[in-house]
Amino acid sequence: MANSLFEEKLNSNGFLVTTEIGPPKGADVSEMVHCIDLLKDKVDAINVTDHQSSVMRFPSLGGCLLVKECGGEPIIQVTCRDRNRLALQADLLLAYSRGIKNVLCLTGDSVDVGDHKEAKPVFDLDSVQLLKMARGMESGKDMVGNELKGTPQFCLGASVHPEADFIEPQLIKFEKKVIAGAQFFQTQGIFDLESLKKFMQYASQFNIKILAGIIVLASARMAQYMNDNVPGIIISQAIIDELANVEKGKGLQKGIEIASQFIRTIREENLCHGVHIMAVGKEGIVPDILEAA
Amino acid sequence: MIVAEQKSLEEIRRIIAPYEKVLLLGCGTCVTVCGAGGEREVAFLNSALRVAQAKSDDGVHNFSEYTVKRQCDFEFLDVLVDKVNEVDTILSLGCGIGVQVVAERFPDIPILPGVNTSFMGMAKEWGVWDERCAACGDCRLAETAGICPITRCTKGILNGPCAGTKNGKCEANKDMDCAWILIYKRLERLHQLEKMRRYYPPRNFRVIPRPRRIVMKADIEQGEDNG
Ligand code: SF4
Ligand code: SF4
Repeated sequence: MANSLFEEKLNSNGFLVTTEIGPPKGADVSEMVHCIDLLKDKVDAINVTDHQSSVMRFPSLGGCLLVKECGGEPIIQVTCRDRNRLALQADLLLAYSRGIKNVLCLTGDSVDVGDHKEAKPVFDLDSVQLLKMARGMESGKDMVGNELKGTPQFCLGASVHPEADFIEPQLIKFEKKVIAGAQFFQTQGIFDLESLKKFMQYASQFNIKILAGIIVLASARMAQYMNDNVPGIIISQAIIDELANVEKGKGLQKGIEIASQFIRTIREENLCHGVHIMAVGKEGIVPDILEAA
Repeated sequence: MIVAEQKSLEEIRRIIAPYEKVLLLGCGTCVTVCGAGGEREVAFLNSALRVAQAKSDDGVHNFSEYTVKRQCDFEFLDVLVDKVNEVDTILSLGCGIGVQVVAERFPDIPILPGVNTSFMGMAKEWGVWDERCAACGDCRLAETAGICPITRCTKGILNGPCAGTKNGKCEANKDMDCAWILIYKRLERLHQLEKMRRYYPPRNFRVIPRPRRIVMKADIEQGEDNG
């Protein structure tokens, strides 16, 4: 039996669509709630990011509770950057007790890229160990073997970077994540469908679902900025040029067009099991993208 | 070796302010090699402090200098007994260990640190030092091709690279190599990639309980009292 609505969909053969919301910097969640309302019926699940890019914000767990309250299906992003193994287990217990069962297990960006650069980086665990920890809790025991009151069950996901400029070590880690218990993967941003195809040739041997990460670009400048500053991102010159060649003010429209085209191709050519749309800061355009796709 | 950086003249002047007679105490070992607190640096600092004092017109300090072979061992500190009796404070240019050993040896005099002890590392090239070991107490270099993931990966993670690595560099600092790319390449070269495919469990942060102490096992068996 599936643990969550999203897991049920993972087990079906439909094309999956997820997206993500970055919680606000502050306690005013009205805009976020508005976003959730806009998205919840258009996608299969909504990720809530965990201090994305190491910028302090309203917590992922709190955001997932809001998604729940609004009647949506949340995926909680959990990183190892800020919490040690006690806090991570505790947060998963809380999440489970409140019906948040989809967990995306991430290592987390380094503190150095964020807005609290002097903070202590925790990284008591890494993403593979976090997956194993969550799976372990499903046996009714905590990490050191003590009995838990009540046994949580999760639907576990992880991330993978098919366009990493040095792919082999990433694939080794990917396989470790599969073995550790990941059921689904949301990839880092895909900007070249050839690399997705190549990755899927390798990944299809595993019994997991792959959702291709789609980052919506609003301008050539944003693309260049992400290339220079966002960990791991590699946007091809072709896409940057395409964005640079549109009229002023039409960048976002072009970005939506590119994203929709990608999604359509992925679905029509059955390249992988779904997409994960990342439009953080402009979550409102996700319905337009889906419409266009 | 232990790598340190001398504190700014400004900070040194601030912390010695309450004391008149100041002994600048160098160390002849690690901090000599990394140019933070050896005989040469002690002499430089002495002149710099005098010049700064003359310029600012508050000639209250009286400096003396001395460099021992090693500050982190009681046996090298005995030569200081007479000198210590003549000053109000010791500004140690030894590492944090040296400072504390001097403090333990001379309980009646304030000891001040003159350097920031930074890490354990090596001279990568002339004038450039890189961290290499964090004394985790559970060395895993056998599994990582002799490259320490705990110090050289910004996140100290154990199961392979994060997704942030680009051009072989670390996401936290584009000038620094990604440790996990280095580990991968070296394991591949040694035909030992299976070591990277293995799962490594979370670290044990209590390999040696804190505060950490090691007692020589042979001595215990022989019934010797090792303090
Ligand atoms: S694994 Fe790294 S930190 Fe630990 S003892 Fe070995 S070199 Fe030092
Ligand atoms: S880029 Fe490499 S060295 Fe830097 S945090 Fe990631 S795995 Fe570690």
